[in-house]
Amino acid sequence: SGQVRNMATLKDITIRLKSIKNIQKITKSMKMVAAAKYARAERQLKPARVYGNGAVALYEKAEIKAPEGVANKHLLIGVSSDRGLCGAVHSNVAKAIKAKIATLTGEGKEVMVVNVGDKLRNILQRTHSNYLLLSCKEVGRKPPTFTDASIVATELLNMGYEFDQGAVIYNRFRSVISYKTDEKPIFSIDTVANSENMGIYDDIDADVLRNYQEFALVNIIYFGLKESTTSEQSARMTAMDSASKNASEMIDKLTLTFNRTRQAVITKELIEIISGAAAL
Amino acid sequence: MMAARFLRRSIPVLRQARCYADAPSGSSQMSFTFASPTQVYFKEASVKQVDVPTLTGAFGILPAHVPTLQVLRPGVVTVFNDDGSAAKFFVSSGSITVNADSSVQLLAEEAFPLDQLDVAAAKANLEKAQSEMASASDEAARAEAIVKALE
Repeated sequence: SGQVRNMATLKDITIRLKSIKNIQKITKSMKMVAAAKYARAERQLKPARVYGNGAVALYEKAEIKAPEGVANKHLLIGVSSDRGLCGAVHSNVAKAIKAKIATLTGEGKEVMVVNVGDKLRNILQRTHSNYLLLSCKEVGRKPPTFTDASIVATELLNMGYEFDQGAVIYNRFRSVISYKTDEKPIFSIDTVANSENMGIYDDIDADVLRNYQEFALVNIIYFGLKESTTSEQSARMTAMDSASKNASEMIDKLTLTFNRTRQAVITKELIEIISGAAAL
Repeated sequence: MMAARFLRRSIPVLRQARCYADAPSGSSQMSFTFASPTQVYFKEASVKQVDVPTLTGAFGILPAHVPTLQVLRPGVVTVFNDDGSAAKFFVSSGSITVNADSSVQLLAEEAFPLDQLDVAAAKANLEKAQSEMASASDEAARAEAIVKALE
């Protein structure tokens, strides 16, 4: 019990104030950068949404689903990125994936996870490393393109994991301040071919169906990537904005403390002088 | 609308159940969506006919076309609007889905309106490609070939 806290000296407060002001500058500029990237991502999201909805239209209209009760192999593709400081974006996707893994393994089904983005890999590797099939890096620096999505899909198909159905789990962009973790379904070629409503589709041979399915997989991954980037940039903008606001608050409080301390020091010196003079 | 409801209920009877074509059901218009990853050309629009080049041949798709899935080949897509005008686009690859409710989704990996393609540049690229003996010709060369065929 020898710890005595001296009242902060003027020097200590000055150092703290300077460092917080620097941090505020940094978060402000990060917010501007995120705002610019968000504006671009949102512009590119409009056509990507029409494109992505067109890609899943078949699954919705033909009500394709895998046969119930059979031990299906599932594949989850989690979409996030490499960079942090964007709020709860990565942890939301990770939470959704962990919940799905728990449900599926509880039902005795096999499941593997492909993650796009280092942050997601870090979170999942701690507890679910044996479910990770494939990890993709270098995501988030530049806006995602169709080529990126096709690279992911190609690698995934080359891994040879014969899944029956699955989902792409991503953050769907709702507005500047809100996004929601959502999923879009993916199916294997066999599941689609054997689905009951496929009979109405005319004359489809296996090659055409395989090409079609591979293209659809790329489209859905592309759609997830585009939505995720937009959500991430808007989340980063909000996070940096609140960080700057918090920093301003701290600066205000510290400035007040600084002034009070300064006045206290001056008063103390005056008292010393006066009492010294009075002693004469 | 009533006819569409009947059709939907009667579908999951047999797989591959084919019988005489039912009377054209569903809307007499198709809801046509044509997009590339970066641009939307038609979104749930009503058009008269769409001609597409697929791996199994060229299709003309009218409203109430039988449902099908096809994969596109590099070539020209022609869209005939309701007012009779035609718009041509060059597509590199992609897929087309015709659903039972007469909605058509044409998703192209790359798509350009034909008037955006410069024939002179395309010709130069074609010669360059041919002289380099490129087996997979680049898209400009293919565009030239199609445009030549149209001329």
